[in-house]
Amino acid sequence: MRYFELFAIPVDYNIDLATINKHYLELQRAVHPDRHASSSSRDKLLAVQSAAEINDALQTLKHPVKRAEYMLSELGVDIRAEQQTLQDPLFLMQQMELREELEELENAADPDAAIAQFEAQIKQLDKQYSSELAAQLASSDEQQWQAAADNIRKLKFVYKLREELERIEDSLFDD
Amino acid sequence: MALLQIAEPGQSAAPHEHKLAVGIDLGTTNSLVATVQSGEARTLTDLAGNAMLPSVVQYQADSIVVGEQAAAAATQDPANTLISVKRFLGKTQAEIEKSYGQLPYEFCEHDGSLAISTVAGAISPVTASSEILKTLKQRAEDSFAGQDIMGAVITVPAYFDDAQRQSTKDAAELAGIKVLRLLNEPTAAAVAYGLDSGQEGIIAVYDLGGGTFDISILRLHQGVFEVLATGGDSSLGGDDFDSLLVDYFKKQTGVSELSASVLRLFINKAKACKEALSQYQTVNVGLEFDGQSHKVEVTRETFDELALSLVKKTLRSCRRAVKDAGIENEEVLQVVMVGGSTRMPIVRSQVAAFFDKEPLTSIDPDRVVALGAALQADVLVGNKPDSDMLLLDVLPLSLGLETMGGLVEKIIPRNTTIPVARAQEFTTFKDGQTAMSLHVLQGERELVDDCRSLAKFSLKGIPAMAAGAAHIRVTFKVDADGLLSVSAMEKSTGVQAEIQVKPSFGLSDDQVANMLKESMTNAKDDMQARMLKEQQVEALRVVEALDASLATDSALLDEQELGALKAEIAKLVAVRESATTPTEIKAAIEAVDNASSEFAARRMDASIKKALQGQSVDEV
Repeated sequence: MRYFELFAIPVDYNIDLATINKHYLELQRAVHPDRHASSSSRDKLLAVQSAAEINDALQTLKHPVKRAEYMLSELGVDIRAEQQTLQDPLFLMQQMELREELEELENAADPDAAIAQFEAQIKQLDKQYSSELAAQLASSDEQQWQAAADNIRKLKFVYKLREELERIEDSLFDD
Repeated sequence: MALLQIAEPGQSAAPHEHKLAVGIDLGTTNSLVATVQSGEARTLTDLAGNAMLPSVVQYQADSIVVGEQAAAAATQDPANTLISVKRFLGKTQAEIEKSYGQLPYEFCEHDGSLAISTVAGAISPVTASSEILKTLKQRAEDSFAGQDIMGAVITVPAYFDDAQRQSTKDAAELAGIKVLRLLNEPTAAAVAYGLDSGQEGIIAVYDLGGGTFDISILRLHQGVFEVLATGGDSSLGGDDFDSLLVDYFKKQTGVSELSASVLRLFINKAKACKEALSQYQTVNVGLEFDGQSHKVEVTRETFDELALSLVKKTLRSCRRAVKDAGIENEEVLQVVMVGGSTRMPIVRSQVAAFFDKEPLTSIDPDRVVALGAALQADVLVGNKPDSDMLLLDVLPLSLGLETMGGLVEKIIPRNTTIPVARAQEFTTFKDGQTAMSLHVLQGERELVDDCRSLAKFSLKGIPAMAAGAAHIRVTFKVDADGLLSVSAMEKSTGVQAEIQVKPSFGLSDDQVANMLKESMTNAKDDMQARMLKEQQVEALRVVEALDASLATDSALLDEQELGALKAEIAKLVAVRESATTPTEIKAAIEAVDNASSEFAARRMDASIKKALQGQSVDEV
C-alpha cells in the first residue's frame, strides 16, 4: 500500500481527509519542481515525476471508488481495466429505472425538489454499497475481496448517475 | 558565519548574491516587467517613467518599433502595426476571423503556421510577441546597469490551452529569455495579494484583461497557493467591449463599410469612450474621417446595456469554477479584481452581486500580475532560500484522445493539479497492424470538432500481432507550466513506439530554432558568442546548485561516489573557463548530470521521507 505509506497514514478505507490534505502539502513542499528551480535539469525532471506521483496518489486516495480499486489491486485483485459486466439482474433493473427517472427530471413540475429527492436516493445507494468496504478490504479472506469487487462495480454505476445528475443540474442553471 | 568568503577560481564568490530575475506580464493590450528589490516587488519603467508598454509592434521595411510610438502609428499604418497579437497566439486564421470579425490585417501562411503580411515580410504572432519581450528585457537590463537577467516568470491566462502556452514560451526563447516558469495570471495576482495581506482562506480572482478572461478559485494556507479550480474564456476581454461600441458607432453614423485605417480610428475611439465612461455618465465621441464628421453620444446606461451579455458570460464561468472547486459562494473570503477591464462599473457591480461581496481593488489591477510574477521569479531564482511559498496550479482544460466516431475520450480532466502524468492503454483492431494514429485534443465537449486539436501522433513500429493482442500504453505528462508531452510504448514487447509529433497549431521545435537563427543573422549578432555565454551561465547554475546540495547532503554518498562527483564538477568548472565553443561546456554539463543522477534520486527520496518525519503511522 505504497500510497498510504507515502502519505504516512494507516492502511484503512476510512480515511481522514484533513490529515491527507495536510500531508499532501508537506510532500509537495518537498518535491514540487518550483522548489528545485535552480537545480540541474535531471533534478528538475525527477521533481516533476515525484510531484506528479504525489498528485496521482492524492487523487486516488481522495476518491472513494478509486481508493477502493487501488486497495483491491494492491491485494492482487485488479478490476480497474476489466470489461466484465455485472451479473446482478435485480441491480441492473434498478439502475435502468433510476436512469429513466433521471431523464424525466428536467420536465418535473419542480425540478429543484426532484433533483434533491434524486440526490437523496443516490446518497442512500452510495452508503449501501460502501458501508461494508472498509471491513471487506481489511479482511485477509479472498471471498471478502470478491465481495468488495462487486460493491465497487455497483458503486461505479452510482457515481455515473451522480455525474449525470450534475450535468443535468448544470444545464438547468445555464439558461 | 564567515566574514570573508574565499572562493576558488571560477566559482562565484558570493553564492547567495542577489540575482536579477523578473516577472513579465505579456498582456493583450499592455505589457509590464517587474522585479523584487530589497524584498519589495516593483514594476520597472521606461525612460519617460511609464511602467506600461503598449503591446504594439510596428514593422517598417528596415526597423521595428515597439510600444507607445508604434501605437501612435496605428491609424496611419494599420496593416503593419500589430496590436493585440496575443489573441492570435496558437490560433488559426479561421478561428481568428470567427472570434474577432473584421481586422485591419492581411493574414497569410508562413511555414505552415499563421502569419501577418507586413512590409517587413510575414510576421508570426510569436515573432511579434518576442519583440515585446525583447523590449521589456532591455528595459530590465538597462535598469540594472546592464546586469544579465538570470530568468523570467512569464504570465499567461489560466485558460490558455497547450498551443497558446507553447507559443508564449517560444516567443520568450526567441527573445533570449530563460523562462523559469509560465505562471497563470490569476495565480500571480493571488500571490501579490496573498503575500500583501497575509490572509488565509479561499479567494476568487476575477481577471478580465484586454483579450482574455480568467476566474480562479484558490485556497491560501501557510504560504501555499492552491488553485482549486479555474475557468474562463481565452477570447473574451476588453477588446470585445470596444467592438460592441464600434458596432454602435457604425449604427449611429450609418457607416457600415470601414477601411482599415477608419476601423482602427473607430476602435481607438471606442476604447477611449469605454474608459471615459468609467468616470463619466455621458461621453461625446467625435468621429472624423474621409471628409465626414460625426458626433455620437454614449451614456453609461447605453453602454451597460450593450455590455451586460458579455459580463453575464463571465459570471457563468464563475459559477462553474465555484462548483468545480467544490465550494459555495459564501465560502469565498475575498474577490480580487485583476486587469484593466475590471475598471468598468458594470463589471464591478455584477461581480459584487454574484459573490455578494465588495471586490478588492487595492493593488493596481494593471500591475498586480507583473508584481506577483516578480515575487515568484525571485523565489525561483534562489534569492529567497527560506521562502515557504508554493504555488499549486491546475490544468485548465481537459485533455483527451479521439476515439471511434469522432468522439473525445478524456484522459486528464480539467482542474487536475499539475504536474500530472496519466497513462491509457490502447490496442490494435486489425491483425498484423504495425502503426496507429492518435489525435490529441483539449476541451470539454464530447465531439472532436468542438475541441481544440493539439497534435496528431503516429505510432510506428508496433510488432505485428493478432488484433487486440498489442497493448499500447500512451502516457500524457503535463508539467508545472501546463505544457503537455506524450510518449507511447507497446507493453508486451517493451518496444518504444516511434512518435511523430505534428503540432496542429503553433510552431515546431525546428521552426523555432530556424527563426532564432534568422533573427540572429538579421541582428548581426554573433550567435556562437551568445550560445557560449548561455552555456557558461548554465554551467555556473549547475555548479552552484550542486555545491549547495553537497553542502547539506553529501552524507548520502560514500567516499568514492563523492570523489567521482567532485571530480566531474571540477572538470566542468575548468571547461567553463577555457571553452571556446558552447558544445564543450554542454558536454561537461551532461557529464556532471550523469555523475549526479544517483545523488539526485537519493536526495529526492530523503526529502520525501523528511517531509513527513514525526508524522509516522503510529502517531496519527
